[in-house]
Amino acid sequence: MITLGIETSCDESGVAVYSTKQGLLSHQLFSQIKLHAEYGGVVPELASRDHIRRVLPLIKQTLKEADLTLADIDGIAYTAGPGLIGALMTGASIARSLAWGLNIPAVGVHHMEGHLLAPLLEPNPPQFPFVALLVSGGHTMLVDVPRLGEYHLLGESVDDAAGEAFDKTAKLLGLDYPGGPLLAKLALQGRSGLYRFPRPMTDRPGCDFSFSGLKTSTLTAWQNSTQTEQDKADIARAFEEAVVDTLTIKCRRAIEQTGRKQLVVAGGVGANQRLRAQLATLPAQVFFPRLEFCTDNGAMIALAGALRLAAGAMEPPIIQVRPRWPLMELSAA
Amino acid sequence: MILALDTSSEACSAAVWTPNGCFSRFELTPKAHTQLILPMIEQVLLEANVTLQQIEAIAFGCGPGAFTGVRIATGVAQGLALAADKRLIPVSTLAAMAQQAYQTQQAEQVLVALDARMGEVYWGSYGLIDGRMQPLMAECVIAPNDAPLPPAVASSWVGVGNGWRQYEALLMPRFVNYLTDIQTDCLPNATYVAQLAVYAYQQGELIDPALVEPVYLRNKVALTTLERTALKP
Ligand SMILES: Nc1ncnc2c1ncn2[C@@H]1O[C@H](COP(=O)(O)OP(=O)(O)OP(=O)(O)O)[C@@H](O)[C@H]1O
Ligand SMILES: [Mg+2]
Repeated sequence: MITLGIETSCDESGVAVYSTKQGLLSHQLFSQIKLHAEYGGVVPELASRDHIRRVLPLIKQTLKEADLTLADIDGIAYTAGPGLIGALMTGASIARSLAWGLNIPAVGVHHMEGHLLAPLLEPNPPQFPFVALLVSGGHTMLVDVPRLGEYHLLGESVDDAAGEAFDKTAKLLGLDYPGGPLLAKLALQGRSGLYRFPRPMTDRPGCDFSFSGLKTSTLTAWQNSTQTEQDKADIARAFEEAVVDTLTIKCRRAIEQTGRKQLVVAGGVGANQRLRAQLATLPAQVFFPRLEFCTDNGAMIALAGALRLAAGAMEPPIIQVRPRWPLMELSAA
Repeated sequence: MILALDTSSEACSAAVWTPNGCFSRFELTPKAHTQLILPMIEQVLLEANVTLQQIEAIAFGCGPGAFTGVRIATGVAQGLALAADKRLIPVSTLAAMAQQAYQTQQAEQVLVALDARMGEVYWGSYGLIDGRMQPLMAECVIAPNDAPLPPAVASSWVGVGNGWRQYEALLMPRFVNYLTDIQTDCLPNATYVAQLAVYAYQQGELIDPALVEPVYLRNKVALTTLERTALKP
């Protein structure tokens, strides 16, 4: 089964072709980061306007790269939610109509299921069951995954997502948009132990997170410092350590609580090197997607859609998106 | 044979134009376009007894109108065109409304005003040229007070569109002497998108689906960080 996947939930247009026999055949991504930079954040209407420009050329490139034509495609997967409604709608309109016109099945994929399954794109994929840590710009959650499509929430952020905390803290420190990766880069120059921020909610049982307080701690530390570049780097380092420690502590709990032997990490913050290194010390086999598949991409949507289509997913010729869509509402494939 | 669709307003419509007639569906369906558009297209193709493959070009109401609606039409048209290897004919929603006024009321000079929210209208003026309604000026988004008056010589115009209702108090004092009739209930309709597309098709005005763009007219939709700081006292 060869599936074309289309991702347009936020500010990246991603397209990929995935074969259940041969794995990922090709993928293309267009990031709108430059477009939104001067606005200091994603402008939903501009994101939608750009998706409609990018998706068709990306589909053509992706097919060409895999040396395929549309006639080779058996099904189409698109991100149906969660995400920005207009952005989702753009991808869904194109994808659903394309499938209808080709007379092949289509499936609306849950964006976070896509993230969560992204490590399955790698050569040594995890096997079900596993525990998953989803750490992205909009989500921070620990999920027990007994099998494809069955998700039990172990814990989640009660306020900011980890990626959001990175981005907001970066902004407070005056870094450019989008700040998360820049903050992580700056932290590499920081010295350990000069500042120390709390590891929120680790003194309480359970796997929930809270990251909104950290940005205040960081800002206060910055304001009270001499505000040199080295101070900034030291503070960035302490912030990153606090987030990474907290995530690691909760992951350890989740592993102990469920008895799972494998931990899957997905989402943009999964690109963080300190996090990758520290999670590797846990008593479980840890799986990450390659760096480019940590953030939004079409490959994860093609993969998740292919698995669902192979399991018999069907939908009527209706264009439907769900901007808010809890992962736990999914049912097993 | 042409397939046409429009989802740019609270109405959703699809039509197939064939030499034997136009088969169409039109429904007032605020917020249900995405549920209805593909089934509607299926129905009109069935009624016309035509397959998507047999269609020669796909036309769509490319705006102006509700941003999301205009994008749905564009996206659906792109998806269908890519699937069936067809080219697209973008048709102005305002022109389609003018064409409707011509075909249903014999109006030969039309001023279209579609409510654009934020105190503005999408505005266009159309006249009968070579048997179909064609723009007499570039369409624009404009405050009703700034809507340009037609040349005084020919003062028998028909006002079309909900902008004439929404901004009646602002528009009427300036335009009353030019108008012979007002049709405020008219919404873009795929039947007339198809009618205009037939002409465009004959002129060879077909576009690669990857290259079409919706027409928003309103292009400033957010303030940059610099603009926001400049506004702060
Ligand atoms: N090296 C890094 N270290 C820390 N954070 C990072 C790094 N690289 C990316 N991020 C963060 O990852 C986030 C983007 O990830 P992703 O694209 O998965 O999120 P999203 O798609 O915006 O959110 P969601 O998937 O929850 O809707 C941003 O918040 C960004 O700051
Ligand atoms: Mg994401």
